[in-house]
Amino acid sequence: MSNSVHVYDARADHATVTAESPLAYSYQRSGMPAPGEASGEKSRAVIGERAFLGHLILRGGAIVLDEALREVLGIGLPGRPNSLTVDADGQRSVQWLSPDEWLLIVPGDETFGLETRLRAHLGEAHVAIVDVSAGQTLIELSGEAAHEVLMKSTVYDVDPHAFTVGTGVTTLFAKTNVILRRPDESRWELIVRRSFADYVYRWLLDAGEEYGIGVARESRHESQ
Amino acid sequence: MSQSASQPNRLTQGGQVDRTQALTFTFNGRSYTGHPGDTLASALLANGVDLVNRSFKYSRPRGIVAAGAEEPNAVVQLGATEATQVPNVRATQQALYDGLVARSTNGWPDAQRDMMRWIGKLGGPFMPPGFYYKTFMAPASMWMTYEKYIRKTAGLGRSPTQPDPDIYDHMHRHCDLLVVGAGPAGLSAALTAARAGARVLLCDEQETMGGSLLDTRETLDDQPAAQWLKTTLAALAEHDNVTLLPRTTAHGYHDHHFVTLHERRTEHLGDSAPSQAGHRQPRSRLHRVRAGQVILATGAHERPLVYANNDVPGNLLAGAVSTYIRRYGVASGHKLVLSTSNDHAYRAALDWKEAGREVVAIVDARTAPEGDLVAQAKAAGIRVITGSAVLEAKGEQRVSAARVAAIDVDAFKVTGKVETLACDTIASSGGYSPVIHLASHTGARPVWNDAIIGFVPSTVAGVAATGAARGVYPLGEVLADGVEAGANAATTLGFAASVDDATLPRVAARHEGSACALFQVPHEKATLRAPKQFVDLQNDVTAAAIDVATREGFESIEHVKRYTAMGFGTDQGKLGNINGMAVAARCLGQSIPETGTTVFRPNYTPVTFGAIVGRHCRELFDPERYTPMQAWHVARGAEFEDVGQWKRPWYYPRKRADGGLESMEEAVARECRSVREGVGILDASTLGKIDIQGPDAREFLGRIYTNKWQKLAPGRVRYGLMCGDDGMVMDDGTTSCLAENHFLMTTTTGNAAPVLEWLELWHQTEWPELEVYFNSVTDHWATMTVTGPEARKLLTDLTDIDLDREAFKFMDWREGQVAGVPARVFRISFTGELAFEINVQAHYAMHVWEALFARGEAFNLTPYGTETMHVLRAEKGFIIVGQDTDGSVTPEDLGMHWAIGYDKPFPWVGKRALTRSDTRRDGRKQLVGLKPKDPGVVLEEGAQIVFDPNHAIPMPMVGHVTSSYYSPTLESGFALAVVKGGHQRMGESVYLPMADGRVHEAEIVGTQFVDPKGERQHV
Amino acid sequence: MFHIYCPYCEELREEEEFHPKGQAHIARPEEPDACNDEEWGDYLFFRDNPRGIHHEMWLHAVGCRKFFNITRNTVSYEILETYKMGEQPTITAEHLAREEKTAREEKTDSAQVAEGGQQTVGASDAAVASIKGAQA
Ligand SMILES: [Zn+2]
Repeated sequence: MSNSVHVYDARADHATVTAESPLAYSYQRSGMPAPGEASGEKSRAVIGERAFLGHLILRGGAIVLDEALREVLGIGLPGRPNSLTVDADGQRSVQWLSPDEWLLIVPGDETFGLETRLRAHLGEAHVAIVDVSAGQTLIELSGEAAHEVLMKSTVYDVDPHAFTVGTGVTTLFAKTNVILRRPDESRWELIVRRSFADYVYRWLLDAGEEYGIGVARESRHESQ
Repeated sequence: MSQSASQPNRLTQGGQVDRTQALTFTFNGRSYTGHPGDTLASALLANGVDLVNRSFKYSRPRGIVAAGAEEPNAVVQLGATEATQVPNVRATQQALYDGLVARSTNGWPDAQRDMMRWIGKLGGPFMPPGFYYKTFMAPASMWMTYEKYIRKTAGLGRSPTQPDPDIYDHMHRHCDLLVVGAGPAGLSAALTAARAGARVLLCDEQETMGGSLLDTRETLDDQPAAQWLKTTLAALAEHDNVTLLPRTTAHGYHDHHFVTLHERRTEHLGDSAPSQAGHRQPRSRLHRVRAGQVILATGAHERPLVYANNDVPGNLLAGAVSTYIRRYGVASGHKLVLSTSNDHAYRAALDWKEAGREVVAIVDARTAPEGDLVAQAKAAGIRVITGSAVLEAKGEQRVSAARVAAIDVDAFKVTGKVETLACDTIASSGGYSPVIHLASHTGARPVWNDAIIGFVPSTVAGVAATGAARGVYPLGEVLADGVEAGANAATTLGFAASVDDATLPRVAARHEGSACALFQVPHEKATLRAPKQFVDLQNDVTAAAIDVATREGFESIEHVKRYTAMGFGTDQGKLGNINGMAVAARCLGQSIPETGTTVFRPNYTPVTFGAIVGRHCRELFDPERYTPMQAWHVARGAEFEDVGQWKRPWYYPRKRADGGLESMEEAVARECRSVREGVGILDASTLGKIDIQGPDAREFLGRIYTNKWQKLAPGRVRYGLMCGDDGMVMDDGTTSCLAENHFLMTTTTGNAAPVLEWLELWHQTEWPELEVYFNSVTDHWATMTVTGPEARKLLTDLTDIDLDREAFKFMDWREGQVAGVPARVFRISFTGELAFEINVQAHYAMHVWEALFARGEAFNLTPYGTETMHVLRAEKGFIIVGQDTDGSVTPEDLGMHWAIGYDKPFPWVGKRALTRSDTRRDGRKQLVGLKPKDPGVVLEEGAQIVFDPNHAIPMPMVGHVTSSYYSPTLESGFALAVVKGGHQRMGESVYLPMADGRVHEAEIVGTQFVDPKGERQHV
Repeated sequence: MFHIYCPYCEELREEEEFHPKGQAHIARPEEPDACNDEEWGDYLFFRDNPRGIHHEMWLHAVGCRKFFNITRNTVSYEILETYKMGEQPTITAEHLAREEKTAREEKTDSAQVAEGGQQTVGASDAAVASIKGAQA
């Protein structure tokens, strides 16, 4: 690995340090309406945050990055624009963002190790790897009306027939940006910037109101 | 057939209303009843309400004319409460619900006893076009008085003064094919395309889909049309690639097949949207549709004839008379005279007669009408007067008679003796105008078609009109046309479609005689002297007004439109435009195609602001960006300042000894003193941060910044200034060398995104050969600035970083633990004091922030906001880009020669412009400090500066104040300003004349007010 | 509201995702110091405003963040092609004028000519060809 780049493990020990997800303030301020199973009326849309995951931006040529990624992580770069590759157990994914940019999402405690191994593999190749784990968060959206909530929010075509599983795009969400993807039949994933997360959260609760939207708690904390 | 007592015009049978249920509603304060299935208009007609409005300009009584979107008169104000007021609702489009409250839009205070007639009197019996401009603009001083009154009386409705209780939203839709209009053509087109596999969106503006099938006399496969309609709608609903949107108006057609639809979701249910299972429902929804292909099956509007007093209540469109009878079971009067130029209108007389009412006569402009409907009318014993027309309606509040005479259509002359026929209703029909509004929104000019006596849409790629919308009227042909349009669209989209696929229903053949082109009916008197012949009922435009306009030299139809107001506003010329063009053409002695047509504009019918705004309102109006410490700031009672979309703490008012809250001045003074004398902390997380990696990163920085970067070593930080290629300062910030090929750039809060885009622009378009990548890490790192003489002491126990002033120098950065969290700490200062900027991953920001406060208690650690930050930096002469600069300021103007590397090898961005004659000239405005002569004065930011306050007005203005504050450290006001040639004027006085007459004097000084040698930040 | 094909994302996207960036193919002079004030002023401030074919630079701001070019008809708003940074347009005003001329010669009886015709200022083959080699 070259020392021409400063590689720094800035992840703290979650056992001793209190970590707050980007939605911590939102839960406190706007609450977390429970999904309406108990009240007898089923929520037709449910959201839940998957906090503290590792988010790495990969920049560089597709060929070298693909090779390194296959070697280190066992999955390759998605071959097409606007697409997403997910590993066998669904815990690691890589998404096309632009011709020289991909988003890698892995369990939080794997982040630094992965960056280190990738860099070792890539040697002097002209690439950039940037940790943005704390700068964004992942919100899952599911339920029979999930795509209707999205139709109210994004200009992109989210008809489940058009936005097939394995699709991932950067597009508008209300008045901010979102990375929107569909890892499987039942779930949508929204990756939003930390400072906009509260706006997105409030928007989702508002847009989902007619479907009795609820917030799932289980997926909120990965560690802590 | 007899009539119900409470609804005198309601027939005992017929129509699609549910007579078993009564709905109560209020119109102009009086209570009436109607039935489910009624519109407000049909219910008003059922109750014999003739007068629904006063006209806009002449204040004449007006009644219902039409049964659909084209209704010009029955435009009402809806709403049972102040908060639920909706203006500009067409009674013909409003479904009746129990408890509906409506008022006339015009005719305040009451349509029946209206006080506005004096204006009509003032204008005299003949109120010319341009009347308002000509009469009320002189004397100009009186306009304000007139205007207030006229606006109050003549307005088209009013907005509520209380907040709307309802919610609204938007939906983005994508489809292969959008079909507008679910009449016979639209239904056939949609079904054909859906069967071919296309994703189809079908919208229709009415309560029920079906269009003309809802009240046609014709049969399909020998069944009532309703049967085929039901089957077809069911077939469409079965396709999961079809979306049906009833009560949805396509109101605007925009670029590249982008169409906006207004769906009225709950307007038919009540005054306010009912909630469902405790959840609020949107009252209406705006659909933003991107379609691959669009089929316009928007039908046609019947054209009324223009005759004298054709606006008296009781004058209706022939088709509307039929619709009210057949669809709503309402006959709008007792004695009908029908004036027509075509066969189709005869069905109104037949329907009227079948409803048990008297048809006095059919007056047909044609000399020898001969179609099947004509024969039917004659067989029914109806008197048909040929070669004639209704010249004039008699009656004031309601038609009492029709004056009928033989006319010569081509010579525009009355040729026979006038016969007066007593009646209470006059139905008229001058043929049909295809509804080409949406096609017209595309910018395509309509084309005149002599065969149908109307304009049809011209062809635009991807947009096809079908059925009546393109002048195809016989039902059988309409159905076939729709199938063909649907198949063509599907084929173009790449689906395999066949026309045979759809089995067309059988329609009985009918012979229809040809129509004659009659628009304005001649009168015995010339148009200018005849009683008013209305062309545009909503805007009160008469044939005479158009005549006058052409006489006054307005020859272009667009000018005639603007001079007369024809087709303005919410009406968009649905009934009047073609007649208006015909009148103009006659006056100008040319044909209609020579005269041309005006352009219809969005919106087709009014769209509520609620629908346009959607949920982008109130708390969701605009994103609010928060730092990870937002909860803490809120809990501490911070006042917030908007910086772009960020909410930043502005200052933190504390309780004073007397129990009150500190004012901003008091809080800021306290915060400033804490930083200068002890230690303060600022949440600086909003600063833009850009990670830059690559072997050419350093070279790139040298090209994009004005200063030098070749020698910045890892571990060091440098201030950088960025210019546009015009040499004007666009951003500044510090950039740290993290490693040989790795830098971290900071930007001002507001410029984070623009600067990243700027870097990408140069990299992608000018220097793609440079190996470098830029990535935003703004949100990843939280930044807290600990600053003040006590900063080092405070941090010592919290970090493993050696804070020694020699080991960790000013403009160094180090990594290490702060409060148990891995951090990068930058020793840079925006206050002029000893300062450490701590960066940690945002997840741990609160943990570190609270640890700093726990430790900081011993040092009276004081949080400060942006206002204190501004005072402290201004005291040091540090600029804020966008406040002290405005896009016309160079680094030289700022006195920042030290940050310009003229001798760098690459011609960096902005360099060349700094040697243009304009940037080199004398007398440019330069940044200086200003010290008010009176230390108690805080100059106004933006105040203009003059050298000679005794100069005659206008005084030459030589600059303005860019930043100004009170300094608790200096115990004086102070300011930064740009002044012409200011750098050469140190010690001179300048003057600031204020609006209140005071003139402040200030001395030009250097920009560094506190610690000019910069020693304190190095301690 | 345009529907724009991003040559990098390889699909049509809504206009709201894009930012217009003005006239395309404005190359920064290789040697700024060799330019006189007028030449530098031209580069900085002067742009074409043709009726008809115009080559514009756009940014897929909410998307792949790449700059690219659009050939657009400023009268009809039709987007004739989009192409990547450094590539050349295949449709230019001159090219269309040539085609139109040929079509007219072949079909002299057809009087239907596009209203106003195309203006070639600033969108000509020559102007596009003069862009700097580094981007090719
Ligand atoms: Zn793109």
